This record gives sequence, structure tokens and C-alpha cells, in this order.
Amino acid sequence: MKIMTKISLVLIPAMFLIVGCGSKGEVKEETPAMEPAAEETMPAEPVKEEVVEVAPEPVDPLDDPNSMLSQRIVYFDFDSSTVREDALPIIKAHADYLASNSGVNITLEGHCDERGTREYNIALGERRADAVRRLLIANGVSSNQIRPISYGEERPAMLGHNESAWSANRRAEFTYANR
Amino acid sequence: MIRNKQIVWVYIIFALTITKVYAAPLTIEITQGIENATPIAIVPFGIEGVAPPADLASIVSNDLERSGLFRPLPARDMLSKPKDVNNIKFQNWRLLDIEHLVVGTIRSTIDNRYEATFWITDVFKGQIPDKKYIVKGSKEGFRAIAHGVSDIIYKEITGVRGAFSTHLSYVTAKGVGKSRKYMLWTSDADNENALPIHTSFFPIMSPSWSPDGTKIAYSSLENNGSQLIIVQGVFDSTRITIGNSSLGLFGAPSWSPDGKQLAMHVIKDGNSEVYVINLATKKRRQLTRHWAIDTEPVWTPDGKSIIFTSDRGGRPQLYRMSAKGGRAERLTFEGKENSRAAISPDGKLVAMAHRGNGKFQIAVMELESRNLRVLTDGALDESPSFASNGSMIIYATTVGERGVLATVSVDGQFRQKLSSQDDVREPAWSPFNKK
Repeated sequence: MKIMTKISLVLIPAMFLIVGCGSKGEVKEETPAMEPAAEETMPAEPVKEEVVEVAPEPVDPLDDPNSMLSQRIVYFDFDSSTVREDALPIIKAHADYLASNSGVNITLEGHCDERGTREYNIALGERRADAVRRLLIANGVSSNQIRPISYGEERPAMLGHNESAWSANRRAEFTYANR
Repeated sequence: MIRNKQIVWVYIIFALTITKVYAAPLTIEITQGIENATPIAIVPFGIEGVAPPADLASIVSNDLERSGLFRPLPARDMLSKPKDVNNIKFQNWRLLDIEHLVVGTIRSTIDNRYEATFWITDVFKGQIPDKKYIVKGSKEGFRAIAHGVSDIIYKEITGVRGAFSTHLSYVTAKGVGKSRKYMLWTSDADNENALPIHTSFFPIMSPSWSPDGTKIAYSSLENNGSQLIIVQGVFDSTRITIGNSSLGLFGAPSWSPDGKQLAMHVIKDGNSEVYVINLATKKRRQLTRHWAIDTEPVWTPDGKSIIFTSDRGGRPQLYRMSAKGGRAERLTFEGKENSRAAISPDGKLVAMAHRGNGKFQIAVMELESRNLRVLTDGALDESPSFASNGSMIIYATTVGERGVLATVSVDGQFRQKLSSQDDVREPAWSPFNKK
């Protein structure tokens, strides 16, 4: 049992490597970077079914739906970049995680509702992302781990011209690299 | 017969956009008219030689109608269609309450060009005018000849230069999610000859025409989350990029009246400040120094001042400062918010997105008296831009979930929507053609 687990741990990543190599050649290189990436297709040759058992890997707290880290969005009041009290525990959880995982990087996206002019909202979205960034840094995160960006009002989470859409759109989103 | 003492005015039109013509994505619908628009009749022009590619008189009628100042008589209601100024029976037109009558001919010339010759008559005076106009242009630029005719009629009757030969620029968005595509367009003022000049998968904002009408500056979000300013040729493919993601976000560009500098915002560490960059030396200088958001700068036509949006007072309002820097003076006090200023060509009016009763609407304020007037009745009207003759403002509004463009006369009396299949926003009206 122990031996099988060890083999599986070695073999599974190896298989992914092979799969990864095999599929690389099939993905068209011409796809513009900004289009959604073409789905990687599995190669035709069947993967050998040598290993069946997989050891339970330790769950990354980022993948734990019960962790505070599963909450990746904090919300703001109209025309405000002041971090709300309900956002503080979320930001604190991410700060703790990032501070103890200095190799992990995030993008902080600032967003606004549709009201107000577009360029002003770029500035406001940036200010929201920056407000969260400052709190993360104050809680021990290195500034190199955080990339704040702003989409202004250009990427609404919810369409509509009403308060429920607006409040859903005034937000900052944590995006972890490779997730 | 042309009388000897007749003065002849000759205009030669150069059509600048002779590239592939795309189907125009907009159609125009008048939503609020003016009761006392001047009744006018543009009689279908006589044709000599090769038939022209379009109906000149109907293009001219549509132009004049879109100005809100004229009510052109439909050709089917005309009792007669004289081609020559000497054949007009003025009493027939008086019966129809027509005040001005335009008659003329369009003639093809051997080099595949066209020449429109016409007269503008005052029906009540009933005299043959002593002025005759000739507008010449190419077959490809035939619509430009018609707009040239409209410009002359408008000037002759109102005393104000027509803006029918000018152009528009605007941004469309199409598709959802990551395949959402943004396109920057130029078109004629009547939105014919629409041409896409830039396409991106990231938002394009704030197109601004250079004072000579040959370039458009705009801001563009990029895939790495940065914002850059692009200065792009309208008639050629030149592109200059201003900005650098390590220096911050560069946006909200606006040309200085001499075309040598751009005012813009630079956002760094969450703080947006107004800068001016010299396009020749690439040197930039910081105008505002404040922790608040300072953005959307525009120059006054004399080049001396810059009006911008700032929330230093709590909510976004308009402020004015010297283009050399210094203290900023708050301009707007009416309404909860005022942003995105546009200044009339004569420098007397400031148009803005105004939030009074919870809705964003276009308002204009007289700089001298500080009188503010709300011109539109939408819920989310923004991005005003003046026509080069100061008569109208084009702006972005919404119909359902879609953005559309609309125009309103500066007195607020005449409004029309320019409807489209796509989501349209960020209009900018070009300056007059220099030619």
C-alpha cells in the first residue's frame, strides 16, 4: 500500500508531463493571447492504467470551500474606496495565507458600477484595488506578491441598471495565479 | 440664364477616406423636434452627364433635418421640380409655406468627378439671388460634395458655419465575456462611411480628435491590466503609444488646441493625477497634486486653462486650473456630481455628465454666469462632445441594456438617437476639416 502510493505520486505527475507534451503540439500557436485559450485536447494514445490508487493529498486551504479564503470578492459602497467592515475578515484571511506563502502571487482587480464616467471609474477601481493592497501589506504581505489592476466599470459581474446589480459590481476581486 | 453680375463661389471637396466602406452600423431617429424649424425645400438636382452614385438632394435634406433647425419638404410633396433658378414659380412655394428653396444641377466631368451648381433663394423675396455656388469633388467622395452643399446652405441661412462635413469617432462593444470585442470607428457626421480603425479584446475609451483632424488619441486597457494612450493616424496607420505599466495607468487623453501636447491622467498607487505630455519631446509634467482622483482633463480653446474632474470635495465635480499648474478652482456646485467636461469651441460653455436627481444627464453650464441647464432626460447619459460649430452635443445614452449615441442641440430643444446593433459609447465629434 505504501509502495503503491509512492509509485502513484511519482507516476501521476510523470503522466501529466507526457500528456502535456503530447498536447502541446496539437494546440494551434496562432491563437491570439486575448482569446479564450483553446481547450487542450487529450492525445489519441490511451494512457496506461498501471496505477489505480491515489493517495489523499493535503488540501490547499485555497481549495477548501469552508475556508474564508474561498471568498475572493469584497464589496464597496457607492463612489467609495473605503474598505467595509464586512470585508475585513476576508482580507485578513488572504493576508495570512499570502504572508505565510511568499511564493504565491495575486492580482487584485478593482471594479465599479456603471454610474459615473468611464475614466473616473478606472481611477476609482484602481483606488479600490489599492485600498485592499494596503491592508494586505499592513498584514505582512510583500508588495511583490500583489498586482493591483482596474477594470473600472468595464467588467460588470452582473448586468442591469438597478441597485442589486450596482452593489454586486462595486468590488475588488482576488485572483490567485494559476487558478 | 445666368446673369453677368452673379458672384460665383466655388468649393472643391477633397474626400479623404477612400478605403473600404463598411455597412454603417447606425441609423438616425429624431426623438424630439423643434416646432419652429425653418421650412425649406431642396429640389432634386438636375443631372447632366453620368448619373451620380447617390441622390444629392436627399443627403442634403437629411443633413439639414438632423441639425434640428430645418424642416425639409419631402420631394413627393413638391408641386414642381425646377432645375434652374430662372424657372422658379415663387408663388407655388409660398403656398407650401416654404421659406427657402434650393435648386441646382449636378454635372459629371470627364475625369470622373462631379460638380454641383446651385442657388439658395428666399421664397418671400421672390428674387433670383445674385450668388451661385459650385461644389466639386470626386465620385468616391460624392457624399462629401452633398455635405459641402449642406454646409453652404446652413451658413447662408443661419450665419453659422455648418458641421456636416465633419466626422465622428466612437467605440462599439460586441460579444460577451473574454471574446467581447471593442472597436474604434470613424464615420462621417451622418454616420455613413463608418470605418473601424482599431480592434481590441480590451476596453477602448476616450477617443479625442487632434485639432487638425488627422489623429485620434484614445486610451486602451491592455491584457496585463495596464492602461495606455494610443495616438493613431486617421488616414494612415501611424501609431504612437504613450505610457508604461511601471509608471502607472495612462488614460483620458485630450489634445491641446495647438496639437502639440496631450493632457491625461496617470494613476499610480491608487492615486490619479492630471499630467501634460509634450508629444515632440515626450516630456511630461504633473499638473495636479492631490490625494483625490483628478482625471478627465480638457483644454479651454485658448490653451490657457484645463478643466478636469476631481472628487477632492467628496464627490466628483469640475475644477479649473491654469495649464501651467497652480491652484484649482471649483466650477460646479449644482447637483451631486459633475464629471467629464467638454468645452464648446467658443470656450463659453462646458458640457458635462451631471447627476442631479439620481440620474446621470447631460448638462451645459455657461462659464461666465455659471448657469447650468440640463439638456437630456436619460438615466445614464455621459461622454458629451461638441460639434465643431458649437450647435450640437453628441453623447452616450442607453436603451435597455444597450449603449446608443444621441445628439442634442445646445439649447436642449432638439434631440435624436443614433441607433445601432452594437453597444455604442464614447463619441467624439471631429474638428472642422482644414481644407
